[in-house]
Order: sequence, then C-alpha cells, then structure tokens
Amino acid sequence: MADQIVETIPVTIDGVEVRVPKGTLAIRAAEMAGIAIPRFCDHPLLDPVGACRQCMVEVPDAGNGRGFPMPQAACTLATAPGMQIKTQLTSEMAKAAQVGIQELILINHPLDCPICDKGGECPLQNQAYANGRTETRYEGAKRQYPKPLPLSAQIGLDRERCILCARCTRFAEQIAGDPLIALAERGAVQQVGLFADEPFNSYFSGNVVQLCPVGALTATSYRFTARPFDLVSTDTTCEGCAAGCSLRADHRHFEVRRRLAGANPEVNEEWNCDKGRFAFVSARGDDRLKTPLVRRDGELRPASWPEAVDAAVAGLRGAKKVGVITGGRLTVENAYGYAKFARVALGTNNIDFRTRPASAEEAGFLADQVAGKSFGQGVTYEGLEKAKQVVLVCFEPEDEAPIVFLRLRKAVRKKKLKVLAIAALRSYGCGKLNAELLQTAPGDEAAVVAGLKLDADSVVLVGERAASVPGLLSAVVKSCHKAGAKLAWIPRRAGDRGAVEAGCLPNLLPGGRPVAEASARVDVAAAWGVELPAEAGLDAEAMLACELDALVVGGANLDDFASAKAARRGVERAGFVVSLEQRASDVTELADVVFPVALIEDQSGTFLNWEHRPGRIGLVNPQATNKMTDLRVLAALADALGKPLGARQARQAAAELAELGVWGKPVGFAEAKAASGDGQGLRVASWRLLLDNGRSQDGEANLKQTARQAVAKLSPADAGALGLSCGDIAELSGPDGAAELPVAVADGLAEGVVVVPANSGGFALSALGVAHGGRLSVSKKGGK
Amino acid sequence: MIGTLTPVLSANWGAPQSWKYDAYVKQGGYEGAKKALKMPPADVVGLVKDAGLRGRGGAGFPTGVKWSFVPQDNPNPKYLVVNGDESEPGTCKDMPLLLASPHTLVEGIVISAYAINCHLAFVYIRGEVLHVHRRVQQAVKEAYDKGWLGKDIQGSGYDLDIIVHAGAGAYICGEETALLDSLEGRRGQPRLRPPFPAVEGLYASPTVINNVESIATVPSILANGKEWFQSMGTEKSKGFTIYSLSGHVARPGQYEAPLGITLRKLLELAGGVRDGHELKYWTPGGSSTPMLTPEHLDVPLDYEGLAAAGSMMGTKALQIFDETTSVVRTTLRWVEFYKHESCGKCTPCREGTWWLVQLLRQFEAGTAPEGGVDKLLDVAGIVNGKSFCALAGGACACVTSAVKHFREEFELGYTTPAWEAFPYERSALFAMDSLGGRA
Repeated sequence: MADQIVETIPVTIDGVEVRVPKGTLAIRAAEMAGIAIPRFCDHPLLDPVGACRQCMVEVPDAGNGRGFPMPQAACTLATAPGMQIKTQLTSEMAKAAQVGIQELILINHPLDCPICDKGGECPLQNQAYANGRTETRYEGAKRQYPKPLPLSAQIGLDRERCILCARCTRFAEQIAGDPLIALAERGAVQQVGLFADEPFNSYFSGNVVQLCPVGALTATSYRFTARPFDLVSTDTTCEGCAAGCSLRADHRHFEVRRRLAGANPEVNEEWNCDKGRFAFVSARGDDRLKTPLVRRDGELRPASWPEAVDAAVAGLRGAKKVGVITGGRLTVENAYGYAKFARVALGTNNIDFRTRPASAEEAGFLADQVAGKSFGQGVTYEGLEKAKQVVLVCFEPEDEAPIVFLRLRKAVRKKKLKVLAIAALRSYGCGKLNAELLQTAPGDEAAVVAGLKLDADSVVLVGERAASVPGLLSAVVKSCHKAGAKLAWIPRRAGDRGAVEAGCLPNLLPGGRPVAEASARVDVAAAWGVELPAEAGLDAEAMLACELDALVVGGANLDDFASAKAARRGVERAGFVVSLEQRASDVTELADVVFPVALIEDQSGTFLNWEHRPGRIGLVNPQATNKMTDLRVLAALADALGKPLGARQARQAAAELAELGVWGKPVGFAEAKAASGDGQGLRVASWRLLLDNGRSQDGEANLKQTARQAVAKLSPADAGALGLSCGDIAELSGPDGAAELPVAVADGLAEGVVVVPANSGGFALSALGVAHGGRLSVSKKGGK
Repeated sequence: MIGTLTPVLSANWGAPQSWKYDAYVKQGGYEGAKKALKMPPADVVGLVKDAGLRGRGGAGFPTGVKWSFVPQDNPNPKYLVVNGDESEPGTCKDMPLLLASPHTLVEGIVISAYAINCHLAFVYIRGEVLHVHRRVQQAVKEAYDKGWLGKDIQGSGYDLDIIVHAGAGAYICGEETALLDSLEGRRGQPRLRPPFPAVEGLYASPTVINNVESIATVPSILANGKEWFQSMGTEKSKGFTIYSLSGHVARPGQYEAPLGITLRKLLELAGGVRDGHELKYWTPGGSSTPMLTPEHLDVPLDYEGLAAAGSMMGTKALQIFDETTSVVRTTLRWVEFYKHESCGKCTPCREGTWWLVQLLRQFEAGTAPEGGVDKLLDVAGIVNGKSFCALAGGACACVTSAVKHFREEFELGYTTPAWEAFPYERSALFAMDSLGGRA
C-alpha cells in the first residue's frame, strides 16, 4: 500500500518557518524544528491530556491574525497554517509560565533525589535544573502519604513523588487496555488509585515504571539496587518471545539489574511486556550448570572440558541412528551450529526445533510459507497497522506475542482495524482487541478458516498451536492464497523463526532449502564440503518414539511436548544423550554428557523475530564466567569427531548463513486433510499463558505473583452437567494421567470444550498427554 | 425600563403550589411550547438568536448561536444537557427557580430540544439539593402524564425524553465538559477542547449544554416574541435576569430585573446594606468574578458594563460585604473553596490553590512575612491563565482583585491577625443577639 501524501502546513516557531503535517501538535512541530519544550505529561504514543501545563508557549498569532492573550499548552495545541509559536527561547511570557509551573510542580515533590531510583535519569530533575528556579519560595507543608503503596507485587507507588501527569493511567487504559489504575480523589490529594480487590496485574505493567517522569513508580525488583549513573547499558534483543523487542539491559558489577524497553518504532515502539522486562534472573539459582558433567557409574559428575568432549565423542562416534533436538532459546547462529552439526558431524537430517506438538503438515507449511524469505517479503508490524482485517488462528497474541497484541490494539483504537478470532472463547486479550469471535471447538478450526471472507487487505496470523490441528495449516494456506490475503506464522519462542531459517528441521536445510530437492542439497553440500543425506529426517516426536543410538539435545524441556511422559521415555531409551544446557533440567538429568552453555546475556548474536527481522543480541556481560556458546561446544565436538564445523564464533556462523543466502524458489505444499474430532470427553483448548511455569521466569517471585490464575474454563451448560460451579475443583484426566484445576464458568464458551492453560500453577497439560484439540475427561473432584 | 423589576421567570413563584402543572398552566405555561412545535425547528433557533438571549450561566455566549453550531448532518443523536450544577459561591438563582417553577424549565427543554432536533435531554442537578431534584423529577413525571414529554408530544409527532440526573456535588461539574464526563459516569474532570461539545459532547455526539436559567427563559421568548424580549436590557445584553443578593443586605433574595440595572438600584430595592453599616466590597457574579467596591455602584450589571469595570457578569450572585468584614478572611474562605473543589487534573490549579491557601492563612493569622503580598500576587500570577479550565482563574481573580482594592489590609497581615482588626462576630449575620448585640 503506497503511503498517502501528507498535507503540510507552514508554522513559525521562534521565528523559524517549518512545514509540518496538518494536525501536528505544537509541541511536535517544535521538535521538528529542533526545539525542545519542557514537558511531563506529554508522550507521543499517548493521547494528549494537557495536565501538567509545563509546555506553555506564547501564541501571538493562531494563524488567523489573532493571538492568544494567555500562554497555551503546546501539547494540546493543534497547529494551524500561519500559526506563530514562541517558546521559552524567544518569549518572556512562555519562559515565565514554564518557570512558574515548574515551581508549582515542585512544591509538593519531596527533595529525596539522592535516594530516589530515578535520580540521575529523571525528567523532573533534569528539567528543574534546566528550566526551573534555583531556589524554592515554598515554605509550607508538603503532601505526605505512606509509601510505597504496592500497585501489584511488581510495582510500587510513591504518591509523594507523583506529579499526576497521568502517563501511567493513560498507558494502562489506552495502550495495555488494563484500566486497573486510575486517578482518584481530587485537588491536591488526587492520586493514582486502584481497585480494592484487584491489583495492577497487567502483562505490561512494568512500562509505567519506565514511563513515569519522576520516581513515583518503581519496580519492586530494582528499587534501591542501583543508581542510573553506576549502570552500564547494553542494547540488545529480548529472548522472551518471537516479538523481537529491542531492550536495554543495565548491569552493575557485571550483574544485570534491570531491563528496559528499547525505543524501536518499527517493532516494540517504546514498550515491552513484563516477562521481557523482569524475567532475567532465572540462571542465578543453584541449578546453573558451571562445569561439564559426565556420567560415571550411573551418576553425573563434574568433569573437565577435554574429558567431557572425549566422553561425548566416544558416545557419538559409531552411533548409527542419531538425532538432534533443539529448543526455542537458540540464537540464529547457535541454531545454525546445530543444523550443520547434525548434517556434517552426525550425517543425519534427524533434527527438529519443535519441542512441542508438531506435524509433518507443519514442517511442509514452514518450508513452503515461512522459510527462505527475507525481511519485508512478509507481514510486518507496520503491515498489521495498515491491514483492514486481521484474523487470529490458534493464536492468542496477548499471551504468545504481547507486542503483536499491543500493535493490534493500537490499530484497533486508531485505525479501525477489525480483528477476528477463531477460537472457542473470546479470551481476555481478544476482548481488549474488540475481536469478533468466530466460535469453534478446538480441532475444528479448519472449517471456519475455509469459510473466511478474506481480501488483499486481510492478514491471517497463525500460531504454533495450529500444528496440532490436522488440516488447519492447509486450510489457512488455501484460503489466503485464494483471496490474496497475507499470512504470517507467529511462533512463541524467540529462537523459533531463526531455527527454521537455519535448517533445524528434518525437511529443511539452511535458507529454506528443501532436503528433498537435489539442487538445494547441492548448494549446501558445496558450501559445507560434505555429502548430505538425501532423505528427510525424523521430527522430534518421531525421534523420541524410536530407539536412537545417540541424541543431542539443546534447550529442550520435556514438558513442552504433547506428552511429557512419552518424551521422557524417548530420552531414556536413547543409547547415549548429550545435553547442552544452561541450567540443570529434566534432560540433563537423563544425559550421559552435559555441557554448560553461555546465557543469552553472555553472548552476542541474532534473533529473527516473527517478521523475519533480525534483532541484534548485544553482549551484556563482558565478564561472563562461561563464554562457551552452543555453537562453540558443537564446534569442539565436531573437531573431535574429525568432521570440523568450520564456524566457532557467532559472526562466522552468521557469515556462512548469509553467504548461503535464501533458496527463494517455490517449494510446494502437500495439503493435509482435517481429521474427525470424534471421541469421549471435552475438547481441549489450551495455550501457554505469558506468565506461567516457563523456566525463564524462575527466580522472579514478584513477576510470578502477577500471573493469571490457572483455571479450567467450562461453558455454563457443561459445568451444569458436570455439577461444577465456579471455584469447585475439577479433575481432568487424559491418557497419561490426571490433574486438578479450579473451575471457572465462562459465559460464551463453546459447549463441549474445556479451556486450560498449558503450563500454569500446579497444572501441566503435557503431563496428561494431551495437546490443543485433544480430549480430556472432566469430573468433579470427589464426585461420582 | 431599567430600574424596575421585571418578574417573568419569578412571576408565578408566589402562586399556590406554583410547582404543579395546573398552577403553571393557569399562569400561561406551555403556551410557548405550543407555538414552537408549530414552527420549523430552524425558525425556533432563529427566533432565540434574534431575540439576543445570552447564556445565563456566566460566560454570556449567545444561546441561539450555540444551538446553530450543532451539525444537523451528523448521524449521531443530538443531546441537550441542562446545567443545574449551581455551585458558584453566592449563587442561588437556579435552585429557587427549580423549586418554585420546575415546569418553566421543562417547557424550555421541550422548545430547545425541538429546536436542535434532540430527542433525549438531560438535566444535571447538583446532588446536595435533594428537594430540588425531587421537584424536577415530579415535574418531569407530570409533563409525561400530560403529554408534554414522551412520544408524539401534543400530537406534533415530536418525541422527547428527559433524564434528571443527580450530580455528586462537585463544583467542577458545573464546567460543561466535566459535567459531560460526570454524566457519562466518569470522574468529573474537564475535557480537552476541541472537539467542542457541539460536535462531540455527550457520548461523542453533538451536544448543547445550557444553564437552567437560559433554557427557562426560552418559553417567555416564544410566548411573547423577540421584540418583547429585546425591549428589556441594554444594547448588547437583552432581556431580564435573576440577580441574587446575599450577605450584608437588609432583604436578601432574588431580584428579577432587566440586564443593565445597577447595584445602587438593586440595593434600594433590597432595603440597602444592613442597618448602620456601609458597603465595603461586593462581587457581581459569584466569587470567581473580581470584586468591586462602592465606587462601582453605578456600573450597569450587564456583560459589557462589568467587563469595562474589570470584572465579569458571572452568575449575577451579588454578595454584599459591609465594613465589618475582613477582606483577607473572605478571600481565604473563597480560595479554600477552590482548593477543595479543584479537580486535581492540572498542576497550576491543584498546586496553586494548595499554596495560595497556605499563604492566605498567614495573612489571616497576622504572620505573613514582610513583602508577602507581592509573593501572594506572584503565585496568583503563575497560576492565572495556565490552567486547563477556568476554575483556577476564578481562584486567582478573587485574590488579585482583593489585593488591588485592599492592599493595605493584606499588609496588616504582616503584624495583625484579621480577627483582631475585624472581629469576626461583628460581621456575622445571625449570631448578633447571642453575642450581645455587639455588631
């Protein structure tokens, strides 16, 4: 879609004539002219409010020959053709007004800058120095409140410091859609308030700490731990999901103290989610792997690196049936290491990053629709904003890609985007998108997709769960193709998109080259200097279903699979297991050799987000104790196997991958048929909540307290039939076992469906051996 | 005609059960509405515009012009909202009007709503005055029963419903956009303009907001014609209005007179300043309008006359203070009111009123520092004209006008408590006997 031509108007600011787009606010117009007007409440991503009155300017001519007798707030003043604006630089009136407002803002503000988290990076402090009086004339009493007042387990409010700019409350209402904080009371005791029984448990609550122009909102986890001027900042990319947020990680004494949303207008604008902001301490527990481990006499014992490499090579050499399973935490470069290691060192296509319910249909879909494309060829954040209609298929953006959610919400609010959700229930997040629910039972989504009315201005977003519904991805491709609609696959984890591109799939080589295609194999074989196996490999579930001679696992958790039990059995039955991991896990405990690998903050590299946009991972901690990346370990193993990998460092791997380039030829996609959903019990709709039992969130107790409660949602009819009501405990049982969850009766939920979180509270769906679209029998605990 | 009382709105207040429908009709009630419903709506707007009726809530914007701003091609419903949140200190014109003759308002709403193609009108009444609220509700019910509200009013084919809404007692909700927020169920805080209510008001639909008295004046214009209306008042301030006299005056109350009457004349009608005392200062239209002194007794009480005298028409709440009163104390009480009523949205009002009160308390206690008057004026200066709405301006107006006229009395606050210079019991109106008649 071509950008519309923007109509501009001339305005004069401090004597300089500039042309600005029609409707530009005076404060923005001044910015365009390079003039900064002090401000507190103004924020370009929030609706103007005109509350703090700091940005007063003189307007001698409003464009109609008449001026305003009194100064005007630049943040709410729309420019008009010919308008004359005089800021503090040229107007005594404006300057006096700004100095006066600054003084008023400070009369009730405590002078505790030396102990305030914000001191040193505080807009109020900075602007008071730049624009304020040198001394106060206020001798009266200041407002006093108990502090901090917890808005949630994560966020504390200091009402004395608050200057009531309403940034946080506007953010909560306008951006996050969680109006759980609001200004309450009036006059000088106006204050940010919250509901008596509902804390500010928004997925995006941490943004208000960063957004606050004073130190009124502080993060429980960071409060009093560092001064801004003692921190060393690194620009990096978030490893929390596939959204690809820019981050700023601040460390002191080589330990990350906090993470902030980076300003990246094309991706996360200035926001991030609480998981990305607060979940960075998981490797600080006792389970961090510090040395290689080798199994001797049935027990894992610390070993030296050479000893561990020798042990691993001894197990891998000569193994006939081998496999490689990688999880979602890998950088592109590390994923490339695994992809190459499997082919070059192990001579197999048995490699899969999908440590979750997957299918051959999905592998075909990824090869045809996702892999081998460059950034810009597919849907982008900007494309979401420009779309007229977005359809969500097996995708809950607020939980699975929160920044995609924020961008959709922005488009819904500002650009009248229509969102359709194909699901069993209009979730909380979809409610905030004002989404129209196209209701279906989990597993039957394909039929709804086939009936969609799409056009060239439509975007279909499909999530990773679609793989567990036979025929769904086929239906999505068909419907999009027919209507010319755009299609994007949004995986859940940061490494997923890069793993596809790097070739961590049994049917794909790097750059989206199909294994089955001889000319594609030739490219890679020439670059790598080896013969490549011509047959597609096994996917992760298939690898675990057969008895492998040897298995290499990097970054996988067994409870991510559809059946944790089956996955565990698969690892147990493998003849020899090498695990590359950051922390002890259910895989390391079964492994024969364990290599500790570097944390994300201890290495540099790249993530590809769902748009296929590369996000640079900055080396945050230059004094990491373990700099051995997955790639470096794999290179050592390959060397010892006598089949060198060639690349040992991230930039070498990146260069190789870039040189290979993308395949860029149509691959074709064999459609799969929808399966009939007959069976006993209730159909399961399930996805992973943003804040759940994910291991990356370990150690951050405050974050966990803001997670949504794990409940089993039932329709009123089903609940009635089962004799269950809200708060009762339901027993859910599947092929692998049973578990309990409190019941929530959800109006509007399709009958015959139970909605459960995938891995929250005491509940893990994989322990029952069921995935989205499967069936569970539900009964009342202790009932008949 | 200037100089005489012109009871129009108050003409029936003395009738038995004047608030009842029958009594109202007996006095010629609903005749204006009958005429209006036979006219094209645009002609009703034109008539009110031509008559020269200006808003009686304070700002004096021409009512008919305001109506003509409603975009009739907007597909959203049009709303009429009547502002009955009368809260300005000293103001007591709408409440007695609604208490004595609520049907005047109902009839005015029927005509005004018809004129702007509105089918749902709201009356927002200050929540504390429960008896007035009830009386308006009763009148609305009667009007429904008599076919003046509801479907097909008097066979005209025109439908109108009225919702009577009780506010929760906030001064700021008299500000029209804060009123709209409050009416929508939010906290009453002023909205950003533009968009203006005429385009995007209540529920983001075109909305006209008028004061009770403005709407109540409309039936008489319909009934008697624009020439009749124009025959009263001054060149630019046509018609009649209710002046409310209170304070140190012999016969306080409502005086309905043509615009442009002087305080001297009104005081004559009201029996003058209380016996044995003389006028010291007065407000022309509530505490937000800069105070005036005896030298302004002959200023015409209309929009232009008061503006020329450096004040404003306001709500025509004439508060009369005699020489026993401490102007410092009066000002402090007023600013305490503004501090209490500040909605808190913007810095200058929220913090400025907080600061001004603390400064004024020093003057009252006689502990203000030397030079404190200049600081007081300076603080009022950094507040005035910077705020989101007019509330803070009102707070500053009473401070600056008080200092302008009585600077030496503020300077006395460097040394002498106000209660020593002006013993408070002397200015009390109702406690004289118990204090031994010292006043």
